[in-house]
Amino acid sequence: MSIKKISKEELSQLVSTLIASGDRVEGVQAKDDKFAFGPLTSADDLRLDYDVTLLSPRKYVLPPVESLMTFEVGGRYQSEYDTEKLTLIGVHPYDMIALNQIDQVFSQDEVDNHYTTRRKNMTLIACDVVTPSENVFASSMGTATVSEGYDILLTDIGDAYVADAPTEKGQALLCNAADATAEDLAKRQAVQERNQSDLNRHPLNCKIEDLPQLLEKAYDHPVWEEKAASCFSCGSCNQVCPTCYCFNVQDDVSWDLKSGTRSRAWDGCLLENFANVAGDHNFRKKRNDRFRHRLYRKGKYVPEKLGIGTACVGCGRCITACVPGIANPVDIYNTLLNDIKL
Amino acid sequence: MSECCCGEKDIYLPELATITRMQHMNETELFLHLELDSGKELGHMPGQFVEVSVAGIGEAPISNTSSPTKSGFDLVVRKIGRVTNAIHAMKEGDKLGIRGPLGHGYPLEDMKGKDLVFICGGIGLVPQRSLINYVLDKPEDFGKVAILFGAASFEQRLYQDQLARWAQNDKVQLLETIDKPHPEWSGNVGVVTTIMNQIDIDLANAISLICGPPIMYKFVIMSLEQANVSNENIFVNLERRMKCGVGKCGHCQINHHYACQSGPVFRYSDLSDIPEAI
Repeated sequence: MSIKKISKEELSQLVSTLIASGDRVEGVQAKDDKFAFGPLTSADDLRLDYDVTLLSPRKYVLPPVESLMTFEVGGRYQSEYDTEKLTLIGVHPYDMIALNQIDQVFSQDEVDNHYTTRRKNMTLIACDVVTPSENVFASSMGTATVSEGYDILLTDIGDAYVADAPTEKGQALLCNAADATAEDLAKRQAVQERNQSDLNRHPLNCKIEDLPQLLEKAYDHPVWEEKAASCFSCGSCNQVCPTCYCFNVQDDVSWDLKSGTRSRAWDGCLLENFANVAGDHNFRKKRNDRFRHRLYRKGKYVPEKLGIGTACVGCGRCITACVPGIANPVDIYNTLLNDIKL
Repeated sequence: MSECCCGEKDIYLPELATITRMQHMNETELFLHLELDSGKELGHMPGQFVEVSVAGIGEAPISNTSSPTKSGFDLVVRKIGRVTNAIHAMKEGDKLGIRGPLGHGYPLEDMKGKDLVFICGGIGLVPQRSLINYVLDKPEDFGKVAILFGAASFEQRLYQDQLARWAQNDKVQLLETIDKPHPEWSGNVGVVTTIMNQIDIDLANAISLICGPPIMYKFVIMSLEQANVSNENIFVNLERRMKCGVGKCGHCQINHHYACQSGPVFRYSDLSDIPEAI
């Protein structure tokens, strides 16, 4: 299908129709002086001019706590799936790329059908960034724009949106929209080109393809110990990261002690007990080992596992969330680049 | 909350198995023989593990200790955490949830025709037993076998009946040691490396297989290297927090390796640039 154009009024009507249908609709809204994804009850609350959300949309594909199965104590287990339809509106390109990565993790090797079931019931409406956030560095990570994963990508061209709908789900929503003109497409290109250079509050001094090679030589660099010396091991960087997907699993028994639920919940590799085994042996006991592990996952381990450039998408949330101010990946990579010859 | 939309298997869903036999081996170790309620065999290879569920308590990764040449499967469970404490309170006929077999076991093809040296510390003997019995059930496929077993104390010697049966096998050289002296013990006292010089097998041409507490690996590998054993001929069985068992949850990572997928059995030469391994 050709690329469409819809006025801001038409988008508002579309969102109102979706809300009125009774299906779950979630989107970006103001939350005091910040922004957050949440349930939309009015199209007027949707804010596609936001800078960054507090938590990433990862919480929709991998909820903070999610039931995997129910069980009878001493007896059988029964899978549970979330089959609710959801339309999610306002995903920025760097977050869309993060979702694409998590899709790959849960679909490769052994397929996690709890994840894929929920994901298949989602309609994702992404939007190009209008307002750069204070710590974004997506331009450095090659994630300032996105070309796949969404059902619709909206680009604000002033008086209207250019809307690209590569999927049937997206096209169905835009069936009444007019085609974008060459002039509209030129405006869209200008927005995307601007973002590819301007979403860069923390410029990385190398190409992202160089990161695995840099980290290959940086395992014993003093930066890990220097930074980790003030780490609280609080896991805030994990919690706000759009590409962190590690989880723990826990059983909860109902009040009658006859049945219960097995759930998974977010976990974080910065937390002290993350690599603990029974008998209280901790395979990553030192803070600097855990601190380094996160940066290696983003820059080397996950990229190698998925065959992608980098698992840090440059949203900058960890920089904002980290109280001692040590989580900035670019700061660390640039420090390493000063000392290590590629 | 209902059906999966894609018809694929739920990788987290345990199937039920019944404890058909159990025996307390010492104060902390419990031997279990299990059979799947489906009537099927588990279909594991030596060195693989299963996730064992106690509904309402949780799940724990436990190594298979039996050879797939036998019907059903055996586990040895150390009473050490919440799940394993609950298992210790069970009786024959009770049911456990089982997921598996999981992970990457011993590369049997690479071992064919070779002499094998098993170096085991404490419950490190448990996963190795799955391969030892496999090898002894197929004597024509493998060379001689040396089994070195170091226990922390006299009371913690595991599988004493099993050790006695192995000792009577012509193919087997069994060497035992305990860390602390005991009035009823007349054998070697000291860590497992103190009996390595008694091995009759030519170490340099054999396959060495190590499983034990984390501290043990470094010292055993140093001794093997002194005996000119190449890293390609050393296999280690590494314990980590294998929570999901299918390479998703992230807990068992050893640098970039997922122990639950690439391991728990690793060829040591594959770990040479993996600082978190040993």
